[in-house]
Amino acid sequence: MTRNLITPVQNTWCPGCGNFAIQHTLKEILSGLENEGHSLDNVVLVSGIGCHAKIADYLNINSVYAIHGRTIPVATGIKLANPRLTVICCAGDGDAYAEGLDHLIFAAKRNIDITMIIHNNRVYGLTTGQYTPTSPLGFRGKSTPAGTTEYPFNPLELMLASGATYIARGYTRKMPQLAELIRQGIMHKGFAFIDVLQICASFFNMTEYYGQRVYDLTDHNAGDFAVACAKAREWDYNRDTPIPLGVFYEQSLPTFNDRNPLRDLSADERIHRIHDFFEASK
Amino acid sequence: MKEVSVIVGGKAGDGINNAGAIIAQIFNHLGYYIYIYTDYPSLIRGGHNYALIRAADIPVGTYNDHIDYLVALNQETLALHLPQCPDCTIVANADLVKSVQNGQTVSVNTILKEESAAPITANSVMIGAFAKSAGIPWEIVSEVFRLHMPKAEENSRVARRAYDQTKMTRPISAVPGPTHSLLSGNEAIGLGLVAGGLSSYIAYPMTPASTLLHFLAGNAERFGITVFHPENEIAVILMALGSAVAGARTAIGTSGGGFCLMTEGLSFAAMAEIPIVIVVSQRTGPSTGLPTYTGQSDLNFVLHAGQGEFPRFVVAPADPGEAYLWSAAAIGLSWKYQIPTFILLDKTLSEGTYSVDNNYLGNLPVSDPVLWDGDAPYKRYLDTPSGISPLAFPGGKDAIVKVNSYAHDEGGITTEEAKLVTQMTEKRRKKEAKLREELIQYPCINVRGSTGATTALLCWGSVRNACDEVAGRLGLRVIQPVVLSPFPEQQFSVACRGVKQLIAVEENATGQLASLVREYGTKVGATILKYDGRPFTPDELFVKVQGVMAP
Repeated sequence: MTRNLITPVQNTWCPGCGNFAIQHTLKEILSGLENEGHSLDNVVLVSGIGCHAKIADYLNINSVYAIHGRTIPVATGIKLANPRLTVICCAGDGDAYAEGLDHLIFAAKRNIDITMIIHNNRVYGLTTGQYTPTSPLGFRGKSTPAGTTEYPFNPLELMLASGATYIARGYTRKMPQLAELIRQGIMHKGFAFIDVLQICASFFNMTEYYGQRVYDLTDHNAGDFAVACAKAREWDYNRDTPIPLGVFYEQSLPTFNDRNPLRDLSADERIHRIHDFFEASK
Repeated sequence: MKEVSVIVGGKAGDGINNAGAIIAQIFNHLGYYIYIYTDYPSLIRGGHNYALIRAADIPVGTYNDHIDYLVALNQETLALHLPQCPDCTIVANADLVKSVQNGQTVSVNTILKEESAAPITANSVMIGAFAKSAGIPWEIVSEVFRLHMPKAEENSRVARRAYDQTKMTRPISAVPGPTHSLLSGNEAIGLGLVAGGLSSYIAYPMTPASTLLHFLAGNAERFGITVFHPENEIAVILMALGSAVAGARTAIGTSGGGFCLMTEGLSFAAMAEIPIVIVVSQRTGPSTGLPTYTGQSDLNFVLHAGQGEFPRFVVAPADPGEAYLWSAAAIGLSWKYQIPTFILLDKTLSEGTYSVDNNYLGNLPVSDPVLWDGDAPYKRYLDTPSGISPLAFPGGKDAIVKVNSYAHDEGGITTEEAKLVTQMTEKRRKKEAKLREELIQYPCINVRGSTGATTALLCWGSVRNACDEVAGRLGLRVIQPVVLSPFPEQQFSVACRGVKQLIAVEENATGQLASLVREYGTKVGATILKYDGRPFTPDELFVKVQGVMAP
């Protein structure tokens, strides 16, 4: 039986918000998975806190509406306990790049088989407009009225340096490509990272800016780390250069679960071994 | 009471803990009950380390001031400990100790050279010399080496050489009694968690909880569990919560500083009703404090940590037997009530080693989680008379499990509606009421010593062991709340019946348990507090109790 993937909860995203595109894309991907015979009972969505995170209320699938910055450890724990589950993390740029940056780096390092979708609008929306780690230099927000005094970092470079095995960038106004990038990320065995450029209709509307600069990666060798690094550096989230979209890097390596298989022991056998331990301590 | 205390000391890196453990096993095989205290600074090599082994013909859980034997691997051991025990018998390493007045020396280097033995066996030389000096039959030494020493043959060979060239000076006789299991508090907690159905243990290293991580990691395959050490304590608790959401019984462990980082996760666990067992082993605070020394100053922190109001279960065992039983129970209660449960202990218990008789540990009731019956739609936070919502896990057929850190409705969808927020807060409150009711069947308050005495020592955790001895000498009652939250008010008031003077004994500077019982209307007549990182000795406490006892 196919389920209705959208809950009856009233949607409170601003009109024109990029989150709608990500929600719709995920819904289409999930429907596709279900049609291919995958049970959606085995899918878990983990979200952080921020505008993006409301997706946990809106999608009618297993979800953990977690706390700010902590999607990844929750998702890692779920996957560690039940490797059969497909775990998708939705996090904002404030969530994944500021509050929880350490977890992002470690998720890539350990190649945990989860899919990380960053709703990167380069601003804090729910807290009404402050700069994030990917806001451009000089960004005027409520906490930086005179403009930020630090450069953004480049999350793609960071992920390349940290060991992520699938690194992609999409844009919410290019939905067919976005769907393909996320679908491939879900199918990828290992840590899949997708930085999704989205506009914030209320606090950082970059529609025109992105429209003039984004282009699709073609003839790109995603298996070559050096080539991937060069392409990832083409746009540094600050300068007004062309912005490539697509899969920057992909590699197949054993996942965290592959290296940490679950152990199972009956309750009786455990008690027996505890007893043996007591005896051996005499 | 017949008792013997031995200090074995050397520099960090000498393997003093192992030497202490072997000497303790020798006493164990002579029929004694054992307590081992290890004292070491926060460094890897070069500082002074010592293990103090106390053996007695009745159970003991603390060390005392009197020392009978000093086994010195270096000169510093004598310099530091001799003033404390001028009449003790010495066995020293002749290579590093010039001469001793009351005892013997043996040249470790000579024996190792002649036997072509590895430097690591130096401790065994000293153990052999000690055993002979104390008149312990070689068969017992040899048996202990065989059972508990890696490379038993090589170690036994060098020990025998030292044994043969040492004279018996101060014999220690056997006492009638069986051998017991010698376990540290952290080992007992690990075993208890496994008995309680543990699937995963997740922790970041922090003394004095690290040895629990090491124990479980070293035995993960044996016990069929997953053990993982992630990037920091924030990740520790959030991973554990994810693991529990997926249905795995998960525990975490840390000390005060690490627990500070976990408090946002703790509050999340409470709101999202995710079961979690948190082991907090206290050391001397605040901040980095004394990393390798003990304290009891985090009771208030553990009782109150986390934003918002929510039920939590806190248990503070005093010895490995209690630690084993209550660790298993803590998992069961955590999963039945879907609440955070704490096992609160300290360096003394975590790293101390005690005699445990696993045949006489008794039992605590077993709690089982309430599981969803499969009748869709599933509501993760279904409001029930007990407040307990049946559990389902992602992957279960037709169970759409929606877990939420926001205020939420029964289905787990975010809400800001006043009526719903009130209802769901009360739902969580109902769980606490139900837990209180269930805990009546548990021995939440221990009453020990002379149970009818009108003067009682009030204590919690490892301090109880010193209180037991002092109460034995002075004919006092000992009241030890094992469960500290929800506070077992009714059992506590029964325990206090007939008490005229209640003396709180705690290893903190403010008397945190005393404050807690005052909240429940109990008058505490005096407090005896210690906050130098070292545990109370019975001799020291005896004098202090006499000083405050009403005439």
